[in-house]
Amino acid sequence: MIIHAIFFWLFATVCVGSAVMVIASRNPVHSVLFLILAFINAAGLFVLIGAEFLAWILVIVYVGAVAVLFLFVVMMLDVDFAQLRQGFLNYLPVGVIIGGILLAELLTVLFGWAISPEIGKVITAPIPPSSEISNTQALGLVLYTRYIYFFQAAGVILLVAMIGAIVLTLHHKPNVKRQNISEQIARTKSSAIEIVQVKSGQGLSS
Amino acid sequence: MSLADVWWSYLLPLLIMIGESLLLLVVLLIGVAYILLADRKIWAAVQIRRGPNVVGPWGLLQSFADLLKFVLKEPVIPAGANKGVFLLAPLVTCTLALAAWAVIPVDAGWVISNINVGILYIFAISSLAVYGVIMAGWASNSKYPFLAALRSAAQMASYEVSIGFVIITVLLCVGSLNLTAIVEAQNRGLATLIGLPWLSILNWYWLPLLPMLVIFFVSALAETNRPPFDLIEAESELVAGFMVEYGSTPYMMFMLGEYVAVCTMCAMATILFFGGWLPPIAVPPFTWVPGIIWFVLKALLVFFMFAMVKAFVPRYRYDQLMRLGWKVFLPISLAMVAIVAGVLQVTGWVPK
Repeated sequence: MIIHAIFFWLFATVCVGSAVMVIASRNPVHSVLFLILAFINAAGLFVLIGAEFLAWILVIVYVGAVAVLFLFVVMMLDVDFAQLRQGFLNYLPVGVIIGGILLAELLTVLFGWAISPEIGKVITAPIPPSSEISNTQALGLVLYTRYIYFFQAAGVILLVAMIGAIVLTLHHKPNVKRQNISEQIARTKSSAIEIVQVKSGQGLSS
Repeated sequence: MSLADVWWSYLLPLLIMIGESLLLLVVLLIGVAYILLADRKIWAAVQIRRGPNVVGPWGLLQSFADLLKFVLKEPVIPAGANKGVFLLAPLVTCTLALAAWAVIPVDAGWVISNINVGILYIFAISSLAVYGVIMAGWASNSKYPFLAALRSAAQMASYEVSIGFVIITVLLCVGSLNLTAIVEAQNRGLATLIGLPWLSILNWYWLPLLPMLVIFFVSALAETNRPPFDLIEAESELVAGFMVEYGSTPYMMFMLGEYVAVCTMCAMATILFFGGWLPPIAVPPFTWVPGIIWFVLKALLVFFMFAMVKAFVPRYRYDQLMRLGWKVFLPISLAMVAIVAGVLQVTGWVPK
């Protein structure tokens, strides 16, 4: 299992390192690129524990779609970071206090956490052993049987959010000419051209 | 752990894997050199030109001459460019395109890594390809490359959606995400149903899933930025798109990545719809031919279609491209997912 250990430390180090660089780097585009590196290394960690479906879904959804939008926005924004950093020292004490409180809370939760020794027996949806069933199938079995209502509810919430985003951002400007393809294709010679016999020296009246 | 243990359980498999990868890479890169030549020759033939015909007999060494020329030129990095990202972009494009081939089975058992979620891996890797373009466009620090990068990001993200749904319909019929299993599943199908099991060409998914094949083919063109969807390098509007500032080896790596991605898409079409390495008619003279030959022949046939489309079809306008992706392909492929799932459920053909 030494190979596993080597790769674990490799992925974990790069993941944490690039997560730090997301905050530390001066250029926002570099930050997003480091974020992507962190995602990919997290996917590597998933692969190491045998959750390859989750790993690749992480890459497809977060790296392939969400981070692209991130990058889009960051590239288009013209943020003056020197100006943003101006008040940094003034706000530092407040930031440190809030951060310290959060850290203390997290630590108390972490050390006060006790896992019941019975948990293996009372677990609600037992995971089948990986030798019998691939983890894609195992996830599907749990999601689409036991948790089907929660799964569907999550889908409905996402749909509502999507429709909300469209409603908020869609503006129909009145004077924009739009291409109507079915109308274009449906045009025939008789509906598009009108042949008029013009008498010489008179022109068209209407 | 003794030294012999380390050798047998770690070093030897590692060496075998490295050897396999090298073999695949060499064959793939030589294949890409000739596919590039074929692309130019087919294009030329459609326009009644000769195409490259000077270097070597019938121009067969043209790609290698180009390679030499690219490598020997000086790489120019613009003064305003973001150097690290500028040089990283072609590397990302090239590496990702080659990485996809790690899971593609070219014959029964001829695959470097036969992972459970092979199709998901390829989908993920091809969705990452957009980063090479965005990084190049942004790092060039110039207007045209940046506009091209924005276009391409929108285009690739849009067509990935319909490719995803096409893959889902195939997966519904197969019941596995493993690429080898997808090919093996095409051993039975329509031909077995009508009682002609030797006519295995009818078994493949191209016939029952014909609409999805068309959507996949067109989306693959858009996903790899091939004409008629090569809007990101539309020379009449954007000079040469995101590659304007690139020259010599970095430029060559973009071209290489692009053509390897095209080969990947051809291989994907072969695996998903044309039965991979299975012979078209399962009777002796055809079954004697090794599977890899069938695989390569089918992939080349798909590539021939790619090349012909490039020669025939005029370039799309950007709003038409977006309309095709979101208003035509997305509803059709989404409906087909529901229809295929319904048919499988009603007829009881759901794979166990």
